[in-house]
Amino acid sequence: MLAEPFIAFFLLRDVRRILRNNGQGDAFKEEIKIISYGIGILFIAELIFHLEPVTKWIWHLLLFSIIIIAFLKEELYATKTLMYAVLPFAIISFSKDLFELISAKQYKFVDNYLDAASVFSFIWMIAMVFVSRKQQKALQKEHEKTQQEEEQKKWMTARKAELERIVEERTSELRQQKEQIESTLVELKATQNQLIQSEKMASLGELTAGIAHEIQNPLNFVNNFSEINTELIDEMKEEIEKGNIEVVKSIATDIRENETKINHHGKRADAIVKGMLQHSRKNTGQKEPTDLNDLADEYLRLSYHGLRAKDKSFNAAMNTNFDVTIGKISLVAQDIGRLLLNLFNNAFYAVAEKNKDINDHSKYQPTIWLATRKQENGIEILIKDNGNGIPKEVQDKIFQPFFTTKPTGEGTGLGLSLSYDIVKAHGGELKLETKENEFTEFIIFLPI
Amino acid sequence: MKILVVDDEKDMEVLFQQRFRKEIRDNEVQFAFAESGEKALYYLSQLNHEAVLILSDINMPGMSGLQLLEQIKQKYITPPPVVMMITAYGDPENYNKAMTLGADDFLTKPLDFNLLKEKLKLKING
Repeated sequence: MLAEPFIAFFLLRDVRRILRNNGQGDAFKEEIKIISYGIGILFIAELIFHLEPVTKWIWHLLLFSIIIIAFLKEELYATKTLMYAVLPFAIISFSKDLFELISAKQYKFVDNYLDAASVFSFIWMIAMVFVSRKQQKALQKEHEKTQQEEEQKKWMTARKAELERIVEERTSELRQQKEQIESTLVELKATQNQLIQSEKMASLGELTAGIAHEIQNPLNFVNNFSEINTELIDEMKEEIEKGNIEVVKSIATDIRENETKINHHGKRADAIVKGMLQHSRKNTGQKEPTDLNDLADEYLRLSYHGLRAKDKSFNAAMNTNFDVTIGKISLVAQDIGRLLLNLFNNAFYAVAEKNKDINDHSKYQPTIWLATRKQENGIEILIKDNGNGIPKEVQDKIFQPFFTTKPTGEGTGLGLSLSYDIVKAHGGELKLETKENEFTEFIIFLPI
Repeated sequence: MKILVVDDEKDMEVLFQQRFRKEIRDNEVQFAFAESGEKALYYLSQLNHEAVLILSDINMPGMSGLQLLEQIKQKYITPPPVVMMITAYGDPENYNKAMTLGADDFLTKPLDFNLLKEKLKLKING
């Protein structure tokens, strides 16, 4: 049979192809190569030296060996279909040669059957190889698809990893930014507190001269009246010696009156010092029943003297109109004091500025009005000045922190902003009425 | 001799009366008080060119002592009243201004009453 070497040759080629398609790569490559060469050499030798009677057994052996190995080896599982294709042909071809060898007579008898079977087996082989090839193609496609999918999966995994890395980077960036912002916020809060404190101190500084003056006056009285009393006591002694009882009585009355004065002015100085301490002290935020009229009057005078101390030529008339029926009001005295001080300072500053620009002083009298008024559900404090007023374009801004019309270094721009906060903290309202070149009036409403 | 004390501190009246009680008793001086520049001018307008010595504070709400001084020196030519300024702020600015406006003297608070008495005696006798 000449077909066998070709079958073996092509069978081996197909095995290689299947293995390659199956992703098994170089498995059995070398072995198949050697056997293929062997087949070639043996086939040529067979043709030249007419060795067919011997070689045909080698071909049979080779085919069976290939088939058996294919069935036994786990790695060659994919080639089974191919082996089934070749197997019938291999058996029949082997049987034919076997019968021929054992008995020529009987061979002749079965020869016809075997020939037919041989044809069938050959057709079977072709059909099966065809099927196997088709299967292999489908498998290859499937394999390619899987490979593609795998590649896609790999690509996606890589992409995912990259995305995750980017997200991680962004997250850490954001976290850093957040931390930065947080620390900036902490710094800002600290700065704000410092600013509020320095604003307090600045307004206290403005007050110092006023306070000194305010303390000096009562102290002068205390000193003077106590000196007079010393003299009066000496005089009284003389009169006692002389026996002028009436004169002694009169002197005693004077001493008594002077003592009252001393006490009064001593208390006045005391109140001023206490007020000053209260102003600089940390806010306790405690609401206490307070005589608002007294508080307002005190801060009005302090503010006035504070400005006078800075500008000796400055003067202003002060008109007060207190509603005595308002009684004591529950409020945070030091806060309301600061509020009033800010508004008074502004009012005096406004009239002083206007006064500077005016040449004919007989026509302009700088004046501050302070009034308290009882309302249905609260009280109103009115602070008015006849300064230059507030222009429309800045009216919305005056309560904003750091907004100031004063030259750099003169105002912190926090006065009205803090004033506004203080009024709000008391649940009240701070209203502004103003006319350019004519007046400014702040109306504080505090609910009772 | 009439002395007009102008000061927004009302207790200055009592203080002067006590400090000058001997002089008042002996009728050497008479005191009048005004708690503002405006009231002082009104008081002066009521006087019939009577000789008067004026002691005025500078820092007062409304009309200041310096404004009062200016007006007095302009209005009352004969006899020119003696005007002595008293202030807690003894700074050169105030002093110079008072002097240019024609103040006869410049005293600082706290008042030295013995010094004031001597000065007054000189003015009265001179």
